[in-house]
Amino acid sequence: MIDLLQSLIDGLGRGSVYALLALGIALIFGVMHMVNFAHGELITVGAYIAFGATVTGQWGWWAAAPLIFGGAIATSAAIELVAFRWVRGASDFTMLMTSFAMHFVVQAVFLMFLGAGVRSFPRPEWADYVWGVGGLNIQVIDIAVIGATAAALAVTVYLLQRTMFGLSLRAAAEDFDAARLMGVRSNRVIRRAFVLAGALAGVAAVFFLMRTGQARPATGLSPLLKGVLAAIIGGLGNMSGAVYGGFLLGVSEVLLRSWLPDNLAGVTDGVVFALIALFFIFRPQGLMAVESAERV
Amino acid sequence: MLEVSGLTTRYGAISAIRRVSLFVAAGEAVGLIGPNGAGKTTLLNSVAGLLRPAEGAVRLDGRPVTGAPPDRMLRAGLALVPERRRLFAQMSVAENLRIGAVTVAAERRAGRLEEMADLFPVLKEKWDNPAGYLSGGEAQQLAIARALMCDPRVLLMDEPSLGLAPRLVDLVFDLVAKLRAEGRTMLIVEQNATRLLAATDRAYVLRTGEIAAEGEASALLGRDDLFDTFVGPSGDRSTSKR
Repeated sequence: MIDLLQSLIDGLGRGSVYALLALGIALIFGVMHMVNFAHGELITVGAYIAFGATVTGQWGWWAAAPLIFGGAIATSAAIELVAFRWVRGASDFTMLMTSFAMHFVVQAVFLMFLGAGVRSFPRPEWADYVWGVGGLNIQVIDIAVIGATAAALAVTVYLLQRTMFGLSLRAAAEDFDAARLMGVRSNRVIRRAFVLAGALAGVAAVFFLMRTGQARPATGLSPLLKGVLAAIIGGLGNMSGAVYGGFLLGVSEVLLRSWLPDNLAGVTDGVVFALIALFFIFRPQGLMAVESAERV
Repeated sequence: MLEVSGLTTRYGAISAIRRVSLFVAAGEAVGLIGPNGAGKTTLLNSVAGLLRPAEGAVRLDGRPVTGAPPDRMLRAGLALVPERRRLFAQMSVAENLRIGAVTVAAERRAGRLEEMADLFPVLKEKWDNPAGYLSGGEAQQLAIARALMCDPRVLLMDEPSLGLAPRLVDLVFDLVAKLRAEGRTMLIVEQNATRLLAATDRAYVLRTGEIAAEGEASALLGRDDLFDTFVGPSGDRSTSKR
């Protein structure tokens, strides 16, 4: 029981990052009907910001964290402005290719100017602290990331449910043309969706980088894939489903790691992907499909 | 008030409407009838800013608004109740109404919500229900209420009775009559030609993308040639108020 609880806490900590990324991916999918494969680059940019702040600048994480957060927002808004605004209304395939192109362009820029090597930066000391509570060993960073994720999700829910921006975004996600007919401005709602997705990715990036302490051109690839998977598990386009998908993926990973024999620990991701493939055979629409019903 | 002159809208190489001209004076209810595929919805979408016309002009109170996006058209005072309602099914009735007030100043939104609740009491009873679970009649009332949230000076309606049971068609036309009595300026597209002509001051007949006839609604009602040649069986002339 203790082991299960331990895995659950560890999984929620890991799944928090996936949930934040998946929610951002679901937000963008909602308004653009495109899986944004450039979303992981927000973490890559954050990784180099963390390196610049903590190694080059010799600043602490108190300065690096807001810079990573702001950098993710700025990068997300810039990607929308530079790339996606020009292909809006194009075919889904064109937009998908554009997102792949942005993914590779950002990687190539870092590769050209900073090289392929791994740049390590110091992790915050408290990230490794462990609290012993009733037989559980709780990492402080798990508590921090779960708390920050809960706060980020609460702010997002407030924005989506209580503000005109949130209403506009949800309306645009359901029927973009009808939302335009109500006066929702396409450019504004999409730009703000990218900013919000960037902010969520920024929170995810801060805690992901606090754990890894490394920057390289492909830093964002693995969390991106997990975020996309979580969004698909949740039912692509379904925002709450994306969050559940993220937590489910995180907990599944940790549980598998604890259950699999040590010599198979390296194939955890492979087993997770196989289980997800199995899941989609029985529930292709994901955990929570986007519903629409209208009577006549 | 609303003036459309020489409007042409194309889908690729095909012109859906060609050199269409019409006007709607302030306080007037004008009908637009025609068979399926005549270009009625294309015309409304072109006026409302959802489609960009290839040629021609749209003027509202004499000011050119041709090709302006829907949010600018709304701010200029023109709203569209789209075909098949296009409600946000996952959002509540109240949220659907609130989204209709995007262009309204924040301090006026609550007042507009109250006015819609008074005008459409059935919606007030289902304030927090998802719009996707409303009956057809309720959904149509919500679609009209949503468009009225911004208090438009010109209201365009596309097939307001489409897919509704006869009893609910009566409800919709009662609502049109109520809005007409209030002096609301309206341009209405409708398959049910007889009911529409009875509910409007003037009307235009659109055939294969061009205006084929126009005149006082009462005069058009008596023209059998129009119904036989232009409107055809889909004009559903036989439908009358029950």
